[in-house]
Amino acid sequence: MSVPNGVTHHILTVLVENKAGVLSRVAGLFSRRGFNIFSLAVSPTDDERFSRMTIVVDAESAPLEQVVKQLNKLINVIKITEVPPEEGVERELMMVTVKATAEARGQVTELTAIFEAKIVDVGFDAMTIMVAGEPEKLDAFSDLVKPFGIVEIQRTGRIALPRLARQPTRLRAVRTARA
Amino acid sequence: MKLTGAQALIKSLEMEGVEVMFGLPGGAILPVYDPLIESSIRHVLVRHEQGAGHMASGYAWATGRPGVAMVTSGPAATNIVTPLCDAYMDSVPFVCITGQVPYKVIGTDAFQEADTVGITMPITKHNWLVSDANDIPRIVREAFHVATTGRPGPVLVDVPKDVSNQTMEWYWPDKVDLPGYKPNVKGHPRQVKDAARLVMEARRPVVYAGGGILKAGASAELLQFAELTGIPVVTTLMARGAIPDEHELCLGMPGMHGNYTAITSMQKADLLVTLGARFDDRVTGNPATFAPHAKVIHVDIDPAELGKVRRPDVPIVGDCKVVIAELVKAVRAEQEKHGRPDLSEWHATLREWQQRYPLTYQQEDGGPLKPQYVVEALRANTPDDTILASGVGQHQMWASQLWKFKQPNTWINSGGLGTMGYAIPAAIGAKVGRPDRMVWAIDGDGCFQMTAQELVTASAERIPIKVAILNNAYLGMVRQWQELFYEERYSEVYLSPDLPDYVKWAEAMGCVGMRVDNPDDVVPTIEKANEIDDRPVVIDFRTDYREKVYPMVPAGGSNDDIILGPEFGEGGR
Repeated sequence: MSVPNGVTHHILTVLVENKAGVLSRVAGLFSRRGFNIFSLAVSPTDDERFSRMTIVVDAESAPLEQVVKQLNKLINVIKITEVPPEEGVERELMMVTVKATAEARGQVTELTAIFEAKIVDVGFDAMTIMVAGEPEKLDAFSDLVKPFGIVEIQRTGRIALPRLARQPTRLRAVRTARA
Repeated sequence: MKLTGAQALIKSLEMEGVEVMFGLPGGAILPVYDPLIESSIRHVLVRHEQGAGHMASGYAWATGRPGVAMVTSGPAATNIVTPLCDAYMDSVPFVCITGQVPYKVIGTDAFQEADTVGITMPITKHNWLVSDANDIPRIVREAFHVATTGRPGPVLVDVPKDVSNQTMEWYWPDKVDLPGYKPNVKGHPRQVKDAARLVMEARRPVVYAGGGILKAGASAELLQFAELTGIPVVTTLMARGAIPDEHELCLGMPGMHGNYTAITSMQKADLLVTLGARFDDRVTGNPATFAPHAKVIHVDIDPAELGKVRRPDVPIVGDCKVVIAELVKAVRAEQEKHGRPDLSEWHATLREWQQRYPLTYQQEDGGPLKPQYVVEALRANTPDDTILASGVGQHQMWASQLWKFKQPNTWINSGGLGTMGYAIPAAIGAKVGRPDRMVWAIDGDGCFQMTAQELVTASAERIPIKVAILNNAYLGMVRQWQELFYEERYSEVYLSPDLPDYVKWAEAMGCVGMRVDNPDDVVPTIEKANEIDDRPVVIDFRTDYREKVYPMVPAGGSNDDIILGPEFGEGGR
């Protein structure tokens, strides 16, 4: 599921020390300050001393500032970047096992092709399909296969990086001074 | 040099300059108690692990150095949870060492196993579970660094028994490497300049001084700033003594039981110079109506405090000592250009409030003994540098209100957590840290019964503290709330004045016990207590149970609605 419509969410990418118990410290802090973690993805980085967490929180309950400041106080947290949804690239991966008897198999395969998804396993009367992309795309796919019967569904939680500049960096200060 | 983990732990504590630790041995920590025999570190054997934690905290309050406690696993670790939480709320530097079941059996529900690191995660600044004896020197070094720098706080090092027995090659790290921990000490120069400008513009400014002043050792800087600007200072419960109470610019304590002038000065202020304070609910009352006209300068070493409750106009992240010194420079530069702002009208207003609404009580001759009178008599008959510890409740508020603090770091209490029973162990810790000082505990009868067994520790270890029980036979503060807000429906607050017999109890614990019922006997008994220096003294002061703490702002109410007390008539509002 992606964040329900109309609810603003925030994406935090948190660089942490790759040590035992760090996940528990971070997760505990969110719950203590009354924040609900919507999704959470943790993975190693190119530097083995650190891991990166991508945390999606619904920001209705309270301003995020306080929780970011409290997170910053954790000794194992190195750096926090807040990615506003409109300024980030978000992706997620989903695997879904759908009931697909002989007669339904064709339709499911067709949907899989349309979504540029991939069939990763086929059984007697079910198929497992992997979909990657924007969270909304994953939602759409699971909605469309629902009528066939979803046996199991598994999502990774989203990861995000900030969008890159589309134009060369301008020397803003210089321009302002001249104006 | 090959050492066991246990030897390395003790040696690491010695390297950190630890002179004394408070603790109680047990199964999982046994290996560490063995090398302690040869160590230069003095160990104070407590009677309950909670006592060890509060003693370490009292030691830290009185000396400014980190307090150290060491206990075993499981129930010992859970017994020290309260002191850890207390120290966390009050930013007290406290290093706690706990034993743990052997690393290889963690997670099997072994005898005396508890997830100490998990339990204490939300109430420590950081904690460590040691998995390899080779990490011990590094972790101890990090633990002391984290506890004492930035915003101080408690840390915990959990040491499994097999790690204590493991052999390692001794080393001492020459530096601490914590990439995620870099407290900002120096204030941003532009912010300091902006703050100085606000100071120059203000006509009704107040310095709101919090515990951060004492943690930073910034009393001298605070005094300098106040005298340079003429800005009056309120000292919160955590900051009592940061500036002498008798200084003409000191307005005393604000908040729920603060005095009228301190509370109202903030309500009417056009600027709050907030130094190491955190807009606690006991100070602000309803934050929506707190200091409504004031711009706010907020200096704190913890960035998370800035904007947590009140959005500051000028936030400054930094150490109070450093930032106030910079602020003094910036204000002086402004004053040289524009002269010193005239605050005489504001001073006159404050003076008038102080005269009209002083703290009052009536001690009638032959009438029941008033607790406030005991506090004042104690202050008048003890040296200026006496260290005063208190528990939590009415006696704490009377002590904080009426004791005239003359020096910083002479007041020790449980502010944030409000831990009943804090006074006796905290006083013991303070006396261990400052044996040259007279140390008094003002305690309630309810509090006393929670931790009095540590007086056995005090007697056995020759730690001659003095305890004044303000015995009103009630859980007095709860009684006060039931009287005022629950239509005098008293529920489970009566304790009895004679049960236990405090004098006999004191004597049984190796202390001198005395009892005072009559106002005339107060001073002579205090004098007698002051002469005893070879053992602890306990005085059971039988005080008037009807006495309430005033002024009072009801919880969650506006600081504009102060109940002044019966002396002011008409419900005292």
